[in-house]
Amino acid sequence: MYIRHDDRHQVTLTLNGSERSAHAESRTQLCDFLRHQLGVTGTHVGCEHGVCGACTVIVDGRATRSCLMLAVQAEGRRVETVESLGEMEGLDDLQRAFRDHHALQCGFCTAGILMSCHEFLRRIPDPSEGEVRDMLSGHLCRCTGYTGIVQAVLAVARRRQNHREEEQ
Amino acid sequence: MKPAAFDYYRPRTRREAIEVLIEVGEDARIVAGGQSLMAVLNMRLSQPRALVDIAAIDELRYIERRDGYLAIGAATTQAELLEYDFLADDVPLLAESLPWVGHFQTRNRGTVCGSIAHADPSAELPLCLATLGGEVVLETRRGRTRRIAGGDFFQGILTTERRPDELITEVRFPLKQEHHIYRFQEVAMRHGDFAIVALAADIGEREIQFGVGGVADRPIVRCLSRDDDLAEALNVLAWSLDAQNDAHASAAYRRHLVREMGRRLLAGETTEEEAADVYPSR
Ligand code: FES
Ligand code: FES
Repeated sequence: MYIRHDDRHQVTLTLNGSERSAHAESRTQLCDFLRHQLGVTGTHVGCEHGVCGACTVIVDGRATRSCLMLAVQAEGRRVETVESLGEMEGLDDLQRAFRDHHALQCGFCTAGILMSCHEFLRRIPDPSEGEVRDMLSGHLCRCTGYTGIVQAVLAVARRRQNHREEEQ
Repeated sequence: MKPAAFDYYRPRTRREAIEVLIEVGEDARIVAGGQSLMAVLNMRLSQPRALVDIAAIDELRYIERRDGYLAIGAATTQAELLEYDFLADDVPLLAESLPWVGHFQTRNRGTVCGSIAHADPSAELPLCLATLGGEVVLETRRGRTRRIAGGDFFQGILTTERRPDELITEVRFPLKQEHHIYRFQEVAMRHGDFAIVALAADIGEREIQFGVGGVADRPIVRCLSRDDDLAEALNVLAWSLDAQNDAHASAAYRRHLVREMGRRLLAGETTEEEAADVYPSR
């Protein structure tokens, strides 16, 4: 594939389960493509150089900083954003736990943190507090002091674990 | 910020990638995971004419045991290496140090070779490559390849031996040697940030390969004899590194870390909690 610097390229990807397509320049970051071309503004953009984690989305099942990825690199891939969590009627268990444990205040960092936690809990269903803190080291939150976030993640992990045991 | 405009190439084979490098020459930057380079482009510290994205070259995505090495292809991510089942058996130093490389969110895209190519003096993977005596494999036109020892590849801050028409196709880490012990430790502001000081040791029966990252302009490796006065050897080493004061730490603190963390690392005392209490002495 070759895209000239002043060309616009048609990028098609699967966003939260449905196929979406729009034009992007080669230099367009994935976060801007999602927000400006596809109109999903739940993903926030903070530092734009990979430090804060606000822009974290899931690409092909892995949490990724969307400010460090180009829109054209997401061609043909599966992208999940915070809009994929919960239902129209309400929040999912992770989002509810964030609310219950005061894991957010201004909410700027929250969309990214939720996506990281989402992938993290899929991989490590019963994490220790240390593992949760290690995962959160990839995010900056200027409001909460992280304690509420750690508690929320641990609470969700425990609750999901109990559910699984009941089902067996 | 947003990057300046560039031509974008996504070749499918390494031959194709090398052709582009030859054609565009010095104005091209190679990108794989982009976890360092994209930040540099976003801040416009670099404004290349062309970006050559090698992440879609499937033939460069592999982890293979070969000729006494673990060979890792240029498109292989750090997360994939960390998930490789035999990592702790094959290259224990990598199993110890990889969790320190960025955060899990950046390891998901960041590549092993990309970190080597970027050559940040405080990065963990270049330090491990130099300490273990690994190799970087570079390829250019007509399939001509060069193999460069890890210690010679790094030429200074963000500077390597790679020529503009060469592609790093793989890096090779020597497989674990019998009766050797491998240890890694670092101190950083926040887990996953670049190291203030990172130490790696390959401890053999008589000799120790002792590597220091984060202090000089490239990873520095010294061979220490186990019969030496190690405290003295570490002190000499600490003073030889030309440590600098910067926003993160003073030169004196860096020397202190080389001596004290080095002593604990070699004595096998260093757990993560113990490393944390090296901290307050700053
Ligand atoms: S905006 Fe992407 S990491 Fe800060
Ligand atoms: S809730 Fe405000 S930055 Fe995290």
